Amino acid sequence: MAILIDENTKVLVQGITGAFGARHAQLSLDYGTKLVAGVTPGKGGQKFADVVPIFDTVSQAVNETGATASAIFVPPPFAADAILEAMDAGVELIVCITEGIPVMDMMRVKHALKGSKSRLVGPNCPGLVTPGPGEKSHGGCRIGIAPGYIHKRGNVGVVSRSGTLTYEAVFQLTQMGYGQSTCVGIGGDPINGTNHLDVLEMFNNDPETEAIIMIGEIGGNAEAEAARWAKDHCKKPIAGFIAGATAPPGRRMGHAGAIVGGEEDTAAAKKKILAECGIVVAETPSEMASALMKAWGK
Amino acid sequence: MNIHEYQAKELFDRFQVPSPKGKVASTAEEAAAAAKEFAGAKLVIKAQVHAGGRGKGHFKNGFQGGVHLIQSPDQAAEFAGKMLNETLVTVQTGEEGRLVRKVMIAEAVDITHEYYLAILMDRATCAPIIVASTAGGMSIEDVAHDTPEKIFRQVVHPVLGLQAYEIRKISAELSLSGDIAKQFGKLLSNLYKLFIQCDCSMLEINPLVTTPDGRVLALDAKFGFDDNALYRQPDIVAMRDKEEEDPREVAASEYDLNYIGLDGNIACLVNGAGLAMATMDIIKHYGGEPANFLDVGGGASKEQVTAAFKIILGDSNVKGILINIFGGIMDCNVIAEGVIAAAKETGLPIPLVVRLEGNNVEMGKATLAASELNIVAADTMADGAQKIVKAVG
Repeated sequence: MAILIDENTKVLVQGITGAFGARHAQLSLDYGTKLVAGVTPGKGGQKFADVVPIFDTVSQAVNETGATASAIFVPPPFAADAILEAMDAGVELIVCITEGIPVMDMMRVKHALKGSKSRLVGPNCPGLVTPGPGEKSHGGCRIGIAPGYIHKRGNVGVVSRSGTLTYEAVFQLTQMGYGQSTCVGIGGDPINGTNHLDVLEMFNNDPETEAIIMIGEIGGNAEAEAARWAKDHCKKPIAGFIAGATAPPGRRMGHAGAIVGGEEDTAAAKKKILAECGIVVAETPSEMASALMKAWGK
Repeated sequence: MNIHEYQAKELFDRFQVPSPKGKVASTAEEAAAAAKEFAGAKLVIKAQVHAGGRGKGHFKNGFQGGVHLIQSPDQAAEFAGKMLNETLVTVQTGEEGRLVRKVMIAEAVDITHEYYLAILMDRATCAPIIVASTAGGMSIEDVAHDTPEKIFRQVVHPVLGLQAYEIRKISAELSLSGDIAKQFGKLLSNLYKLFIQCDCSMLEINPLVTTPDGRVLALDAKFGFDDNALYRQPDIVAMRDKEEEDPREVAASEYDLNYIGLDGNIACLVNGAGLAMATMDIIKHYGGEPANFLDVGGGASKEQVTAAFKIILGDSNVKGILINIFGGIMDCNVIAEGVIAAAKETGLPIPLVVRLEGNNVEMGKATLAASELNIVAADTMADGAQKIVKAVG
């Protein structure tokens, strides 16, 4: 089952001929992902890695290949347009990896997504992985830039705003022998397509997911909202971690969304709310998996 | 990115947001000329630095105050002479103070009433939000805390933009009427255009004032710009004053490094913003104090690591370095070689703990061990943090 993607998901990559997009498209192919199409305007008719057809538009790619998910690797000035194009083509899951999209652009995109049948994950995110059954989780679906080999197929759902912290949590889990159902990087921007709460709901409804790690950081109130929802609705054990306890107020900590604006969006405030809602909060980032074991009774 | 008061005035003028008359001056002669041009009005001279508390600050040459009333062009020249190319110390600058390169000669207006007016990009609604209050001239955080009923918020549709009825609504909330309401409406409409067209993240006027002669003016403004949009805002980028920024942060930005200086003594170098924040947190958790936030991004090339080392070592408070890299895709051995090259180039005068994890990690660790440099290897983040805290003592 997993959520959002599985080994049968047909994936296309927008910006497949750029250095970054090409590198990660190849890694997804190597992982066993069903990468069925690439899109680069002006390069339609060519092939990526001798096997993946490239199209000029997302519509053509979807019509010809039946792709239902897209990974976007196009540069920031063109990324909003790329998201809208994927939406127009009816792509169900749009995963935007691009970092540095202007907030005004995302504000308009977010509005356009309302009422559409597309779900956006990101931007400024590592993407998603549903690990496969093979060695080093080969045979799974990898959309984005995460290292596939650190995963293991299993029953823990991971949702996070940060890429490298997700890898850290996944690595800890895999080392302890616990695999993952799906890992979702929702991205570090202030306006994103999918938030913690959306993903918690999906994990809650997914029979394969038995426990959840939720990783957040300073800025905004998405983690608090998700925790309050989970308190009343989530049937599964959750461990949490919030990065940025030592971040000075008013400074943007790398991620555009990681900025303390008031008393409510500090790490301490969020940790307190998570704990009050029954989530086991990891004291340090080294203890994310062990905190989950505590919550899970393992 | 911050801008100077005189630059905010330039933006207001360009978008026809009324503010007190003013002119910037780089010399005493220019200051006198500006004062002459505004003869008849009550005038102030203001030192231009990116720091608050100017009025109560002092210059290192003994001159008191970075803001003064002036009576004549001669006095404008005299005060400008005492401020320009002198160092102003305020509560926000720290003891080193800031060099004043420009002053502004501005009209000192009489005030009938003070208001608060701001436009912000609101995360919760993913739309611009206008915040207005009759309690102007004081900290809006205090107003929100003590008298929340005095704060009015209006979310603006992200695509339709600001509507006439929204302006009327806000105007009514502020109890404005007649010509004042008309002027306010024009001001807010233009302010909204400025907010959108310049890719602002925040635009705060505190106070917005009405005057006895029937004007509505933006008296003091604070701007925030979306860093992601600067590529399409050349006019805003041209306003950047690197002299006003932390030199370490300026150097870091030239190498695409995300660096923020802090007060502690343990520097860290990490790939990924979330992991970088978490690394600072874990240093603190084990009793140390982080000296910085530093995200080298997903790549972490040898050049970047070397540049990062130089910036870190340029901070005399730093007594130890923790490198924490989760090389998911990157080859840990390549990172190890980059660290060794950077350490050799910079001499490595202080303890260095390296925690590597991920792709080809065994090889990376072996390379570090074989380097004969004083590098301590760590297995986990917790291990690394404990080791560097111990090494610094």
